[in-house]
Amino acid sequence: MNAHDHDRMKQLLQQALPRIEGEAEPHRDLWPAVLRRLDAETVAVPWFDWAMLASLVGLAAFFPASIPVLLYYL
Amino acid sequence: MQNEPSSVLNEFRQGSVDAFETLFRLHQRAVYGWILRIVRNSAAAEDVTVEAFWRIHRAHARFDAKRGFEGWARSIATHAALDWLKTRREESELPSDFPSPATADPAITAEIRRKTALAFERLAPKLRIAAVLAVVEEQPHKEVAEALGISVAAVKLRVFRALRLLRKDLASQGITP
Repeated sequence: MNAHDHDRMKQLLQQALPRIEGEAEPHRDLWPAVLRRLDAETVAVPWFDWAMLASLVGLAAFFPASIPVLLYYL
Repeated sequence: MQNEPSSVLNEFRQGSVDAFETLFRLHQRAVYGWILRIVRNSAAAEDVTVEAFWRIHRAHARFDAKRGFEGWARSIATHAALDWLKTRREESELPSDFPSPATADPAITAEIRRKTALAFERLAPKLRIAAVLAVVEEQPHKEVAEALGISVAAVKLRVFRALRLLRKDLASQGITP
C-alpha cells in the first residue's frame, strides 16, 4: 500500500466513521452504578488460603485418623 | 481533565471512597468521552465507564501519584474499552450512535461508507482501537500510545495494518478506494 492509498483509506475511514466532536457527557449520573459495582465486588480469597484448605481436606481424606487431631487444634 | 489536589490522590491511594468519588466527579466526563470515541455507542460507553472506574478503584493501591491520575485513568479506560470490543465481536453488531456526516464527500456513496464501517468492525479490536483513535478521532500518536501502553512506532504500525486490511476487505467486495 503506497502513501496515496494510505491517505485515501484514511479519508474513507473518516467519512465512514465521523469524528465525535465536543465533550460528550453521559445521559445519567454513573456514580450510583459505580457504587453498586463496588458493593457487588466479591471478597478475593488469597491463593494461599485455598492451598491451605486443599491441604487440610487432602489430609483428612487420606488420613481420617488425623480429623480428631485437627479438630482438637481448631 | 482537571487537576486534583495531591491530598485527594493520596487519600484515594489509601482506599478512601470519598476521595474516589471526588476523582470520579472530576474525571467521569473525560473518561466517558474517551471511551465513547472507542466504542461509539452511548449506552455501551456508560457501561464501560462504570467498569473502568471499578477497575480504577480496584487498582488504587498501585496508583502512583507522580504519574498523575489523568493518564493512568485513561489507560485503564482504554483497556476496559478494548475488552468490551473483544466481547462484542462474538455478539451481534451494535449500531453506532453517530451516523455519517452531512458534509460527506459526494464521491463516496452511502453504500461505500456503510461497507467500510462494516469492514472496520471485522478488524481485530487492537487494530480498530488504534485506528479509531489515531485516524478517526485524530488523537496524537503519543497519547494513543500511552493509553494503550505501547510505543508510538507500534501505534503507527497498527494503524498501517488496520488500513491495509480494511483496503483488502473492501477490494474483496469490489470496492477500490
